[in-house]
Amino acid sequence: MSQPHSFPLIIGIGNEYRGDDAAGLIVARRLKELLADSAIVIEHNGDGAALMEAWRGAETVIIIDAMMSGVAPGTIHRFDASAQPLPKSSFRCSTHAFSVAGAIELARALCELPRSLIVYGIEGKNFAAGIGLSSDVERAVGEAVRLALKEA
Amino acid sequence: MKTGTIKVDYLARVEGEGALYIKVKGGKVDDVRLRIFEPPRFFEAFLRGRHYSEAPDITSRICGICPVAYQMSAVHAMEDAFGVEVDGQLRALRRLVYCGEWIESHSLHIFMLHAPDFLGYEDAFEMAKDHRAVVERGLRLKKAGNEIMALLGGREIHPINVRVGGFYKLPASRELLGLAEALKRARDEALETVRWTATLDFPDFEQDYEFVALSHPDEYPFNEGRITSNKGLDIAPSEFDEHVIEEQAPYSNALHAMLKGRGAYLAGPMARYSLNFDKLSALAQQAAREAGLSSECRNPFRSVIVRSVEVLYACDEALRIIDEYEAPDRAAVEIVPRAGVGYGCTEAPRGLLYHRYRIDEQGLITDAKIVPPTSQNQKRIEADLRQFVPHYLDLPKEQLTRRCEQAVRNYDPCISCATHFLRLEIERE
Repeated sequence: MSQPHSFPLIIGIGNEYRGDDAAGLIVARRLKELLADSAIVIEHNGDGAALMEAWRGAETVIIIDAMMSGVAPGTIHRFDASAQPLPKSSFRCSTHAFSVAGAIELARALCELPRSLIVYGIEGKNFAAGIGLSSDVERAVGEAVRLALKEA
Repeated sequence: MKTGTIKVDYLARVEGEGALYIKVKGGKVDDVRLRIFEPPRFFEAFLRGRHYSEAPDITSRICGICPVAYQMSAVHAMEDAFGVEVDGQLRALRRLVYCGEWIESHSLHIFMLHAPDFLGYEDAFEMAKDHRAVVERGLRLKKAGNEIMALLGGREIHPINVRVGGFYKLPASRELLGLAEALKRARDEALETVRWTATLDFPDFEQDYEFVALSHPDEYPFNEGRITSNKGLDIAPSEFDEHVIEEQAPYSNALHAMLKGRGAYLAGPMARYSLNFDKLSALAQQAAREAGLSSECRNPFRSVIVRSVEVLYACDEALRIIDEYEAPDRAAVEIVPRAGVGYGCTEAPRGLLYHRYRIDEQGLITDAKIVPPTSQNQKRIEADLRQFVPHYLDLPKEQLTRRCEQAVRNYDPCISCATHFLRLEIERE
């Protein structure tokens, strides 16, 4: 996907049917309404190869994804992935063999990383099958929207 | 290492969660367990009470890598139950979408999962720093497969356009022509990939497998054929349950399949290739020969070459199908459900995928059985490790462990699919 570089690309990642894993998708949906004219907002399943295709040509990319690092649920982490790797173990393993952290490192090795790539990780609590966010994560979604708006 | 255990708690570069445990005692392999601890999936139970038309979309959710395989085995089983045959261009389009899945799944395994073992890297991300062109080629090939899936399946993962009887929406001829341009480039890159895999180093390890795969008189198998082996098995999909037994291993969430009275067998690319070499396209046969393969491959480490030959074939076959395509007058044949039992067997990227459904008069599923390729191969993977490990006991533990992990990845196990199912532990006493 190519877009003029004045428009940032916002990618919400997750699985709708795995509890708090949907957090990135829900943030993206809210941002889509708020930034209709000033950003490209997409929802993504997190498949590494497809993710690299999605941000191809974009200069400024903001990713929102759920993560699990062991801190309090709802905690929001900010990573400047253009400067350093994500903590691999904190982002959900992908069933597609390479995940968000993998896609970022592969893109870095192939010199295909967007100039600016910020990743917001929302600490999740429940990743079991089922729909719906836990209350801490629901609250964090609003905060992540506010942070991403500032960034975009 | 003469005595001790090799443990890999979380096997990397496989689909899903599993572990390997190997116990070595007095310089001999005492126990090998491929443990699949990913939780059970319960799909067979979910299906009970659901409408027959839901089976392709429900079962496609079993796997993000091979959803088409699940859809195909499901639709064929339902059509078998209802006495419906889907032929002509609709049948050809089913082969085409399957080509997309093989290209995508095999390319992911060859370049991202298996290649780092041969080239001595921890993962594909480290490998990409030194082998950029190779990894880029892999990603382009995977993308070509994705494009087929996206066009025929409606989207790349968990396609939604496959139905019992055919498709919901047919592709436009101009869309297929656009795909053909990308596939011509992919075919050239697939040929380069066969040549490249042939340059890798392979341990000398040939086994006497019973290969099991579909065979069809006129074509390399995707959707249709008899279940055959190199040791005399020749049965219809409806006879699968009579010949294959599944047993539970207490350490694994995947059932172990074996041939009744004969034991472990091997499904997947090596079996398909060895039983159907003469059905590959001339280009794929020639590339295989030039890569040093005969018409049979019994060294599982060379399966990386076989997969690349299958990618080349799938590109070639996809181009043939597109070239001969004429839009059918309807997207699906009419289905009238009736009570009965239907059987479907198709060739998933990792091998034979068996579905059986019992349907009632209302078209509801009363019973379902699904046997994925990794369940079928589990016992054979363990048997191979028993043979393989003794040759490498002189290696330091870390190197031995890496060798064992590579050996497991030869089979591209899909643990998510197999659970009802990898970590490596080698214990020495």
